[in-house]
Amino acid sequence: MLLKKLLFALLVKPLAFVIIGLHIRNRERLPKKGPAIIVANHNSHLDTLVLMSLFKLKLLPKVRPVAASDYFLNKGIYSWMACNLIDIIPLDRKLRGSIDEQFKPIYQALDNDEIIIIFPEGSRGKAERLSHFKKGIAVLAKQYPKVPITPVFLHGLGMCLPKGEGMFVPFICDVIVGEDMFLQGETKSFVAALEQEVQELAKDITSTPWV
Amino acid sequence: MLSGVFSFLLIATAITFFLPHKNPEKNYSELIARIKSWWIMIGTVSVCIFIGKTALIVFFAFVSFLALKEFLSLIATRRRTDRQLMFWAYMSIPLQYYWVSIEWYGLFIIFIPVYMFLFIPFRMVTLGETEGFLKAVGTLHWGLMMTVFSLSHIAYLLALPEAVNPAGNIALMLFLLVLTQFNDVAQYLWGKLLGDKKIIPKVSPNKTTAGLIGGVITITVLAALLGTWLTPLSLLESIGAGLIISLGGFFGDVTLSAVKRDIGIKDTGNLLPGHGGILDRVDSLTFSAPLFFHYLYFLHY
Repeated sequence: MLLKKLLFALLVKPLAFVIIGLHIRNRERLPKKGPAIIVANHNSHLDTLVLMSLFKLKLLPKVRPVAASDYFLNKGIYSWMACNLIDIIPLDRKLRGSIDEQFKPIYQALDNDEIIIIFPEGSRGKAERLSHFKKGIAVLAKQYPKVPITPVFLHGLGMCLPKGEGMFVPFICDVIVGEDMFLQGETKSFVAALEQEVQELAKDITSTPWV
Repeated sequence: MLSGVFSFLLIATAITFFLPHKNPEKNYSELIARIKSWWIMIGTVSVCIFIGKTALIVFFAFVSFLALKEFLSLIATRRRTDRQLMFWAYMSIPLQYYWVSIEWYGLFIIFIPVYMFLFIPFRMVTLGETEGFLKAVGTLHWGLMMTVFSLSHIAYLLALPEAVNPAGNIALMLFLLVLTQFNDVAQYLWGKLLGDKKIIPKVSPNKTTAGLIGGVITITVLAALLGTWLTPLSLLESIGAGLIISLGGFFGDVTLSAVKRDIGIKDTGNLLPGHGGILDRVDSLTFSAPLFFHYLYFLHY
């Protein structure tokens, strides 16, 4: 995990805080210890790196993003980086079988008091557009009703490095942290409530929306 | 000169410790944040002066980068194709400051007004984008002129022939920086003290006639006192420099206010607590730097 800390201290944190320049709202709402779940909208590979940079280096080994193993773990160098530098929690989107089996690595991480990052949209999708949340997050919330779920809205990173483009262009980006949420009522309505909350946070941005 | 700045800052800091005791009901947190930011800015410049010329050039290149980034993050012309153009706009920063570091005046002075001016529309055409063409190209080039071309004049003061000014080129730079920044402070203080008549309420509701006049007089007197010592300017020329810097600073400030009004925001960012963004801090310099530079260049270089 030394590599992970070094990467964030020397490269990712300067990139996030100096080159991009984050405008963070309600940072104090971020969890200070695990187990915890961070839920955010997803537009760019930068999303994961930026969310992880929000945590102190000391905490970083415990902060792990859930990532699609079918995407990240089948290309040599990417696979090595995903495992050794970022330390992802692999999720096999193509696995047929029970959802508990599919989520086993996530359960293990939460049992191990880790702070996990999840993008319930499931994919980066179109730049700066929110697609519907998938229901997996509610399954987690039901399994771990005491673990706080912190919604975060990220704005602008999809313009810095959109899906399918290799050219990075810095813009000041917004990170808005919402208040902790816990499972209430039906799983279906919880997913909708979470999605609603992220959309509420999006209303807080001061900069002009993307055209 | 620097010790003068530091003593002034020390006094200001002492006042912020004293004021809350005198008027406990008022909130001074913004003033305190502002002065704290001043310490950081002046501290950084001092460290760069100590390291040397190259560090200062890199520092101002970095300021240009932050200012351009703020500008590009604010404007509305942001589509896929604009990313391409903005990438090249960023790339012009290291080049422009490289011309400064090798003291190539000819290219320094035409690179952005001519070559970038032609390159940006060229790239836009090759991308095949016609919708909003003029707005995108115009906005981007205006931003480059303000944040890169104008501000790089501060750095070029360091590249001027050393022999002309016995006090050294860093003294020239300090003369411009201190007078421009102190002009902002003086206009603010005079405005608070005496001002009631708004000078251009449509653009900037906080600017008063008394503030402007008080600032211009303060800075002109200061320029007359410092000019013959720090620059090759004569006493009369120094008075001229004071007028140029204070009036230029004022118009730089209100020009950015007009831009902010156009976009519909109050501050350009939150990089410098109490000040807003970096653009809020360097807005006066975008006018005063090129005006002072060319005045000096015309008279003595």
